[in-house]
Amino acid sequence: MLMQLAAIWNYLIVILLMMIGLFLVISRANLVKKLVGLSIFQTSVFLFYITLGRVSGGTAPILTDAPDTLYSNPLPHVLILTAIVVGVATTALGLALILRIKESFGTIEEDEILAAKNESAAEDLLQAKPGAEA
Amino acid sequence: MNDGGLIGIFLQNLPVLVVVIPLLLAPILAIITAPRVAWVVSVAGVGSAFLAAILLQSITESIGRVTYHLGNWEPPWGIEFVVDSATSLTLVIMTGLAFLATLYARASLLAEIKHTDLGKCYAAWLLASGGLFGLVATGDAFNLFVFLEISALSSAILISMGAGADRRALSAGFNYLLIGAVGATFYVIGVGFVYAITGTLNIADLVTRIADLGGGAALYAGFGFMIAGIMVKAAVFPVHIWLPAAYGYAPSAVSSLLAAIATKAALYVLARLLFTLFAGVPDITELAVTYVIVPLSLAGIFVGTVMAIYEKDIKLLLAHSSVAQIGYIALGFGLASSASVAASFVHICNHALIKGGLFMAVGGFVAALSSRANLASFVGIGRRMPITATAFTVCGLSLAGLPLTAGFISKLYLVRAILAEDAYVIAALVLLSSALSLIYLWKIIEVMWMQPVPAKSPNLVENPAIYLPIWVVALANIWFGVDASWLVAASRAAAAALLGGGL
Repeated sequence: MLMQLAAIWNYLIVILLMMIGLFLVISRANLVKKLVGLSIFQTSVFLFYITLGRVSGGTAPILTDAPDTLYSNPLPHVLILTAIVVGVATTALGLALILRIKESFGTIEEDEILAAKNESAAEDLLQAKPGAEA
Repeated sequence: MNDGGLIGIFLQNLPVLVVVIPLLLAPILAIITAPRVAWVVSVAGVGSAFLAAILLQSITESIGRVTYHLGNWEPPWGIEFVVDSATSLTLVIMTGLAFLATLYARASLLAEIKHTDLGKCYAAWLLASGGLFGLVATGDAFNLFVFLEISALSSAILISMGAGADRRALSAGFNYLLIGAVGATFYVIGVGFVYAITGTLNIADLVTRIADLGGGAALYAGFGFMIAGIMVKAAVFPVHIWLPAAYGYAPSAVSSLLAAIATKAALYVLARLLFTLFAGVPDITELAVTYVIVPLSLAGIFVGTVMAIYEKDIKLLLAHSSVAQIGYIALGFGLASSASVAASFVHICNHALIKGGLFMAVGGFVAALSSRANLASFVGIGRRMPITATAFTVCGLSLAGLPLTAGFISKLYLVRAILAEDAYVIAALVLLSSALSLIYLWKIIEVMWMQPVPAKSPNLVENPAIYLPIWVVALANIWFGVDASWLVAASRAAAAALLGGGL
């Protein structure tokens, strides 16, 4: 039982991280915490790909002189390098937007932002009374 | 290689140029601070992509299918761009509408966003367009994810540019970024599963290997993750929640660009996954379309329509109506007959024309009124801004599906395709929802034309730079309503290419 568990250890961690990340994105009201959740979610995928690339008994994919060397698959690593860049860009843009949200709403809690938005919606209707733009 | 000079090079590299020209111009624009120069460069960039797409369409009409190997690496090792009839038709529609939206963007963006942001805005604009064109053109499953993210990040930037006029654009942009990133990550998890069991990422290669496998838990898991991820991007109900706020609070030019091309690209990818990539496992795709896509698109049609009926803000109303229209397109794909898929392509084109035109027209009103467009500020606007209001009305009638407009052609072919499947209940629901859509349109048209102009209202100036592109789109709505033969023929060819598994 324990041996079986050890064999799929990486995948268990992947699933755990994935669930934690997704749960944070959905359940937290704080925008920064949501973004942290997203990062954890994306990291679980990085780990998933890297685990996929492992060939049992394989060595690091660096060309050696020995003819029958078994290499691990390097392609998933390369793909994940791209995905990491994408993840960094997403986090950076998300944080930049949170800064702007903090500046204009004065809060980064989703429910307070929602209340502020409802106020703006009410103002819209007031302002746009016939002839009011004069 | 380069016989015929520059034109020769252009003609030999069409599939990649559609994508690369906008992407390469974007970083140059980011450092240009003069808005007019940035706009001219954007028009040239998207215009040449449009030209390339038209040439590709004429090539696929004669020889069927073009492939392009990036950096001359042979597929399946290198990344491949594949353009067949379905791809080229989608590209022509997308580049064409993006071109018109870019022509229109200058005056509208000047009125709606901070002038210091304009250069960067055009850079994000080109990145979003190039990313979405790439999404359609690529023949590599992982490359598709990269284009998905390029377009998502730049669209989030564009949406939050609306903060100059309304701070709610910021939270709309953030939500779009967050939900979009979750969707894209779902897609990439799916790609991981499929890669694990097939060992390839090239779509043409995947098609044969998936057909050889014929099934298995990992394949089904990959299928589920990929479809769910793309459905988030395509805003199919119930994962459409990012869409109304994103389109509603983005600058109007951005709304018209995204409404015309963003969800369309994702819907195209959805169809590609269902009918090309997973064509080798018909049992699971059939299960997905019958029990997931069709019921969800019908639900989306009604939820979107009802939300639009109760909405008072014009841009939010149009965004809710987009959810319903995406439902029609997904419904056509869901029925999976050649006639219904062709009807979906017809509606991809027509809805891009309709919503592109409507959002542009709203932008015209917003620029003149300098306030948000809602039912209260629209009182009597038909008499105050007759040129823009007439174009809005033409596109609106097309949305409702009045005869002699493009919207009628879409509904006609969709309902015919549904009836050919003997799905009378679905046909009745589609007709009922069209009738319901008249309610929200009539609400706007009544306020625009049939109520008196309020006293003391200042004169509103109509800017030709804004209304000329709108009228091009409005006339295209009438043109495709009167003579849809080219579009219908191209859509049939697209459906044949898609369902024939011809990738």
